[in-house]
Amino acid sequence: MDLELLSRVQFGLTIAFHYIFPPLSIGLGLILVIMEGMYMKTGDRLYHNMTRFWVKIFGLIFALGVASGIVMEFQFGTNWATYSRFVGDVFGSALAAEGVFAFFLESGFLAILLFGWDKVKPRTHFISTILVAFGAHFSAIWIVVANSWQQTPAGHHIVGVGDAARAEIVDFWQVVFSPSFLDRISHVYMGAWQAGAFFVLSVSAFYILRKKHLDFARASIKIAIPVALVASLLQLATGHSSAETLVETQPAKLAAFEGHYAVSAPAGMYLFGWVNEEDEKTIGLQIPGLLSFMIGLDADTPVTGLKAFPSEDRPPVNLVFQSYHIMVGIGMILILLALFNAYGWWRKWLFEKRWYLKILIIAVLLPQLANQLGWFSAEVGRQPWIVYGLLRTSDALSVSVGSGQVITSLILFSLIYLLLFALFIYLLNEKIQHGPEIEAAIQEGHMA
Amino acid sequence: MNFTLDLNTVWFGLVGVLFTGYAILDGFDLGIGALHLFTKSDTDRRVMINAIGPVWDGNEVWLVTGGGALFAAFPEVYATSFSGFYMAMMLLLFGLIFRAVAIDFRSKQPMRWWRQFWDVSFSVSSIVSSLLIGVALGNIAWGIPLNEEFEFVGSFWGLLHPYALLVGVTTVALFMMHGAIYAVMKTDGDLQARVRGWVNNTIIIFVICYVMTTLVTLIYVPHMTANLKAFPVLFIIPILNALAIANIPREIHHEREFRAFLSSCASMAALLALFGIGMYPNMILSRPMVDYSLTIYNAASSAKTLNIMLIIALLGMPLVIAYTISIYWIFRGKVKLDASSY
Repeated sequence: MDLELLSRVQFGLTIAFHYIFPPLSIGLGLILVIMEGMYMKTGDRLYHNMTRFWVKIFGLIFALGVASGIVMEFQFGTNWATYSRFVGDVFGSALAAEGVFAFFLESGFLAILLFGWDKVKPRTHFISTILVAFGAHFSAIWIVVANSWQQTPAGHHIVGVGDAARAEIVDFWQVVFSPSFLDRISHVYMGAWQAGAFFVLSVSAFYILRKKHLDFARASIKIAIPVALVASLLQLATGHSSAETLVETQPAKLAAFEGHYAVSAPAGMYLFGWVNEEDEKTIGLQIPGLLSFMIGLDADTPVTGLKAFPSEDRPPVNLVFQSYHIMVGIGMILILLALFNAYGWWRKWLFEKRWYLKILIIAVLLPQLANQLGWFSAEVGRQPWIVYGLLRTSDALSVSVGSGQVITSLILFSLIYLLLFALFIYLLNEKIQHGPEIEAAIQEGHMA
Repeated sequence: MNFTLDLNTVWFGLVGVLFTGYAILDGFDLGIGALHLFTKSDTDRRVMINAIGPVWDGNEVWLVTGGGALFAAFPEVYATSFSGFYMAMMLLLFGLIFRAVAIDFRSKQPMRWWRQFWDVSFSVSSIVSSLLIGVALGNIAWGIPLNEEFEFVGSFWGLLHPYALLVGVTTVALFMMHGAIYAVMKTDGDLQARVRGWVNNTIIIFVICYVMTTLVTLIYVPHMTANLKAFPVLFIIPILNALAIANIPREIHHEREFRAFLSSCASMAALLALFGIGMYPNMILSRPMVDYSLTIYNAASSAKTLNIMLIIALLGMPLVIAYTISIYWIFRGKVKLDASSY
C-alpha cells in the first residue's frame, strides 16, 4: 500500500483520537475556574462538591490527553522525518515553548487539583485550578502557532536547495503571529469552550432527567449556559474571520470549501451540495452571491476559484466541501441550542421539558464532531501541501521507514486506541452513574 | 577534541540536562513499575502506585520537553533517530501509553481480574520502556549505520546487538534501584522493611551490570572514553559516581532515605554526564562510515533559533524548577491512601 496514504491515515487517526481530549480539558478547565471561584466567593459547599466531581472527570480526560499526546510529538520524527528537518528550525521553538511554559504548568498543578484537596489551603487549590486552566489554554497557543505557520508561513527564509532545503527563522514574532494565527486560535478556543460547556450540560441534563443530584445539576447548568452561549455566538465571528483570511492566504482552500471552480467570478454559499470533481461542477442548494458579499460586502465581488490552480495543486474538493459544510451546519445548531438554553432558563421551563433534556444529553457529541471536522477541513484543505506553498506532503515522509512498518504501527494504534476509547467511555459512565459525593456535605449539615 | 563553549555546545548541554531530568524523575516511576509485581497485597500495590501518583505525569513532561528541545535545537538528530528507530519508538510509545493508562485505571474497579491485568500491564510496560530507552542509548554510543544523507540504513533487529542490550539491561537495573530507594522514602512499616531489602538487591544487580558495561565499553567502544583520556580532569566524574553509588547502602543503613535518594540522583546525573562527554561533539555516531555522523554542528538549527530558544529556556526553566520543587514539597512524606488516591 501507498506509504504516503498510510502515514497520513496514521497521523489522522492519532490526532483525531488525541483531539477528543484537549478541547474538553480547555473548556472544562474554564468551567472549573468559574465553579471553584463561586465556592471561594460564596463559601457554599455545593460549589465545592461540584468542583470535586468535575475535577475527577477532568483528571480522567487529562490522563487520556497525556497518553495520546506523547504520540503526537514523536510522530513528526518517526513518520515525517523530511518534514521535521524542513520545519525544525521554525517549528521547534514553538514546541519547546509549549513544553517549558505550558506542559509543566498543567501537569504539575494538576497534581494539586486531583490529590491536594486536604494538603493545601482552599485558596492555593483555587490558584492551582486557575494555573491548570491557564496551562491548557496556553499549550493550545503554541500548537496552533506551529500549525498556523504550516498554513500561512511567515517570518522565515529558505536556506539550501533541493533535498537539503529547510526553512529558518528570520523573525520570531512574525512566525508566532503568522497571518492565520489569531483567527485560528480564537476559533479553536471557542470550539473548546463549546465542547466543555455542552459536556457539562449533557451530564447535568442526564441527572435532571433521572431526578438525581438536582441541586448539583441545576447549579452546573447555570454555569454552563452562559459559557455555551458566549462561545457559540463568538464562534460565528471567529469562523467568519478565518474564512476571510483564506481569501488572501489560501484561496484554493476557500474555493474547495464552497466547491467554487470558476477562475474569477462572484461566488455563492451552499447550504448543502455535492461536488463532481471530474466535471468540475457543484450542485446543491445555494444562496447566490453570499460568499462574495461576505468577503467584499458586494454580491458581485469576484472570488478566485479552483480552476485558477493546476489540478496537482488542488485539495480533494468534495471531501473538504462536505466536512466544512457539516461543521458549519453543526455550528448553527449549537447556536440555536445555546439560545434555547438561555431562553428556557429565563422562562423557567428548561428543567421541565423532558424532550429537550434528551436533546441536551446527545448534544455533547455535536461540538466534538464540529471540532474534528473543522480540523479535517483545515488540514485536508491545505493539501497537497504539508507546508503551504513550500513543501508537498508527498515529499515530507521518512525515507528510512517502509510501508510494512507503518501498517504494523497503524494496526497497533487502531487496536490500542479502540481499547482506550472503550475504557474511557466505560469509566466516564461509571463516574457519571456514581455521581457527585454529597455525603461530606450532608455530614456538615449543608444539604439535605 | 576541540572544545569551545559555543551556542551549539550550550544546547548540547541543555538537551542533556532535560534528558537527565527525565531520567532522574521518571526513572523512579519506571523503577517502581518494574518492581510492581514484587508487592503482593492490593493495599501495598496501591501505596506503591500512589507514591508516584501526583508526580508521574509531570515527570513524563521532561521527556516531552526533551524531545521538543531536540526537535528544535537539533532537527537532524530528531529526524534521523526517531525515524531510524521506528519500531523501537513505536514500542516505547505503546509502553508509555499503557503505563499511563494502567496507573490511572487500575484502582478504578474492584474486580480481581481487572487489577491483575493492569498490574501486569504497569510492570511490563515500565520494564519495556526502560529497556528501550537503554537500548537507544546503547545504539547511539555504539554507532548506527547512516548514509551520506544522515538516513538510517540498518534494520530494527540490527539495533538489538549485545552491547545495546547490555546498556538496556543496565538501565532497567538502574531504574529499579532508583525506584526502590524512592519507595523507601514514601513507605513505612512492614512494606518499608521489605522495600529496604529490595534496595540492597537492586544495588548489587546494578553494580554488576554497571561494571560489565564499563568493561565492555573500555574494550569494545573505545571512542566513548577518548574524551576522558584527553581531559584526565574529567575522571572526577566516574570517581564521584562510584562514591555516590557506594554511599547509597550506607545512607539506607542509617535510615537516611532522602540522602540515599539524592545519592542515587547524583549517580544518574554522573552516568548521563559521562555519556554526554563520551559522545561530544557527536550526537549520533555513524558506524561504519564515521564521516556521516551527526554532530552538534551539522545537525543543529540556525544560531538565531538557538538564541531564541535560549531565551525561552532562561525564562521558563527557573519557573519549572520552582514549581517542580514546590509540588514535591507539598506531596512530601509517607503515602496515605485516601478518597482521591489511585
